[in-house]
Amino acid sequence: MSAASTAEAPAYVANTKVGRFTDFVDERVGGSGILREFGRKVFPDHWSFMFGEVALYSFVILLMSGTFLTFFFDPSMAETHYAGSYTPLKNVEMSVAYSSSLDISFDVRGGLFMRQVHHWAALLFVASVAVHMLRVFFTGAFRKPREMNWVVGGVLLILAMAAGFTGYSLPDDLLSGNGLRIIDGVIKSIPVIGTYISFFLFGGEFPGTVIISRLYTLHILLVPALILLMIVVHLFMVVVHKHTQYPGPGRNDRNVVGYPLGPVYAAKAGGFFFIVFGVIALMAAFFTINPIWNYGPYDPSPVSAGTQPDWYIGWVDGALRLMPGVIGDFHFEYIIFGHVLTLNVLLPALVPAGLVFTVLFMYPWIERWITKDNREHHVLDRPRNAPTRTAIGMAGFTFYCVMWAAASSDLIATHFHVALNDVTYWLRALFFIGPVIAFVVTKRVALALQRKDREIALHGRETGRIVRLPHGEFIEVHAPLDEYKRYKLVGFESPAPLPAEPNEHGVVTRKENRRAKLSRWFFEDRVAPATPAELEASHGHHEAVEAGEGQKTLSH
Amino acid sequence: MKALSQKRRHPLAAIALLLMGLLLTGGLYAVATTVNEAKASTAEFTASDTQEGQKLFEANCATCHGMGASGTQDGPSLVGVGAAAVDFQVGTGRMPMQMNGPQAYKKPAQFNDTQTHQLAAYVASLGAGPAIPADEYLDEKGNAAEGGELFRVNCAMCHNAAAAGGALTRGKFAPALADVTGKHIYEAMATGPQNMPVFNDSNISPEGKRDIITFLKQIEANGSPGGADLGALGPVSEGLFVWIAGLGVIIAFTIWLTSRTS
Repeated sequence: MSAASTAEAPAYVANTKVGRFTDFVDERVGGSGILREFGRKVFPDHWSFMFGEVALYSFVILLMSGTFLTFFFDPSMAETHYAGSYTPLKNVEMSVAYSSSLDISFDVRGGLFMRQVHHWAALLFVASVAVHMLRVFFTGAFRKPREMNWVVGGVLLILAMAAGFTGYSLPDDLLSGNGLRIIDGVIKSIPVIGTYISFFLFGGEFPGTVIISRLYTLHILLVPALILLMIVVHLFMVVVHKHTQYPGPGRNDRNVVGYPLGPVYAAKAGGFFFIVFGVIALMAAFFTINPIWNYGPYDPSPVSAGTQPDWYIGWVDGALRLMPGVIGDFHFEYIIFGHVLTLNVLLPALVPAGLVFTVLFMYPWIERWITKDNREHHVLDRPRNAPTRTAIGMAGFTFYCVMWAAASSDLIATHFHVALNDVTYWLRALFFIGPVIAFVVTKRVALALQRKDREIALHGRETGRIVRLPHGEFIEVHAPLDEYKRYKLVGFESPAPLPAEPNEHGVVTRKENRRAKLSRWFFEDRVAPATPAELEASHGHHEAVEAGEGQKTLSH
Repeated sequence: MKALSQKRRHPLAAIALLLMGLLLTGGLYAVATTVNEAKASTAEFTASDTQEGQKLFEANCATCHGMGASGTQDGPSLVGVGAAAVDFQVGTGRMPMQMNGPQAYKKPAQFNDTQTHQLAAYVASLGAGPAIPADEYLDEKGNAAEGGELFRVNCAMCHNAAAAGGALTRGKFAPALADVTGKHIYEAMATGPQNMPVFNDSNISPEGKRDIITFLKQIEANGSPGGADLGALGPVSEGLFVWIAGLGVIIAFTIWLTSRTS
């Protein structure tokens, strides 16, 4: 809007007070332009697209409930004697941090509710981040141009776990202290520098007197700031890339089919925030979480049975539980130049987690290298239509879940009346075999589903009606699909293995050969979508029979 | 004195000395080990209790524990286990054992109070052992806070800080302690049933045991101030709940929000 044009055009004067006010603001900040641009952004509609939103809303709820908690929480590890209203801990010696957490629970109005809102929201936050990532992985939404946003998502997952763990440790109760002790052990198992890091972190020998206040700074300042920053980057990229969509008639890599942000999505998203808030509030009101008063103050001597971290750290704890102390006569502990190297702790604590996150971060590039697929993808894959990727994902998921289950091995033992040792042996076996079984089974299931899709696309849906023909043959009547449904079943890519190609010098490199091998492994089992010719043929085949059957298509 | 000094070179002198030494250390050991035994006894047993108890024992327990409770391959000797052990094992239904296994399960008691009392009388008559605790230690009026500290240091590693129980090796477990009577808690500490260690009177004084019972009863009576306790199992049940119920409800809402009327 230039000065000249405003001078020429008759000045717009709104009729109402509100109109004049908004016009005043709009002329100065140009809100209507932003609104016009963003309001027309189109989002496709699918329930599985909403987990990122759940994560975002949980985070907002975490910020709000967390701020409330900071008003009353004191992260000091100074010793005090509890003087609050919970009698089983009356006059017990404890840290100020634990005492103030108890005060929040019992003596601050609404404090226990807010604590439970905060903790439930934290669990839901990490869970929704995890489910969101699973959705993105299994639908192939990490492909070009979204590889970097996938990495940002992975960083957000790690930050979410960090936020959760630092928060879990703050109340300084027995449970969280036990958790910190495990972290201290893991840090100390790092060769050479481990003890130095531990002493630096804890300000001396564990537990020291500073760790709670340090974790508090990380928990309320650094980690949430980083999360916020990453969310901004993440959402910025979502706007730049536009949203992905599931395959369907009229949907391709150049468009987005859905509703505009305003008014439909703005209303839905706004409402959804309150739904998420409501669900968390109901959980906080009716279900207790982390009853710190049960655990008592932390002191390094007692360790409670059934000590587990919150669910998202569970898999690392489980890996530690699965690690055998010795295998036969083979020990995992060595003394090298006076330094103890404890592989019993170092291996399970760092290797599985390192493996999972490395593959997670690298995966978009791994798949891109194998498939040589450099195109932009805005239409998602149905998981069955990428059988090998889906199988890899399920193998990783199983690997994670075995470790996750191992974190509750003691509760599995007591609640299913089995021996703890047997649970551990089985889970150790599954740790290695489970991912392989998951890979094979998933791939077969995906291929079978593809064949079923193909069968339905070609021959229609089974109606369950059996007809006997005049010459005695029995056939089942199949109803043809409408075109929209058929599109879903045939509208996908099924790449064939890409053989090794020579480079610009006409040489097939060893790396290229490896790639070709992986490509064969990736794509050799494939079910091609039904082609128009095949569809035509199957119709032609049926037409003869259809003559006597009216609208129904028949098939053997 | 002269006679003694004259006979000090007698061939049997060394044996006599050894015998005296053994008697002394054995006697001291016997005194030392029983002096700390939890014996806050009041239960008076009559001769007829013991007699009736013996009949019951021979009919129901001797198969495994042997005649005279001297033990067999299938069950340990009960000489010296004391009345408290019988009252606990029989009173909570753990004995007679349903089947051999890593651990005896709690089940409805097979004997009534009188019969349990008689069995206890019989076993107590076989040798001194921890007695059934006096009511003064079971009044649940001790110091819950101190009981809580004792519990966390001595009991929580198996029974869980909230007394929800926990797993031990090879199918053994520490049971949850809700609904266990104060008397049975005391007796368990005094006698160390199943895989539990013995907490004698020098380890945890009778007053300390009273405090622990007070603590356990108080947290049981307090209930769960924050709402349903999800089994008091800590982060595992919380995680399960958020994944199944929390995310489940939210997924239901997402499906509703994105559904179209068609």
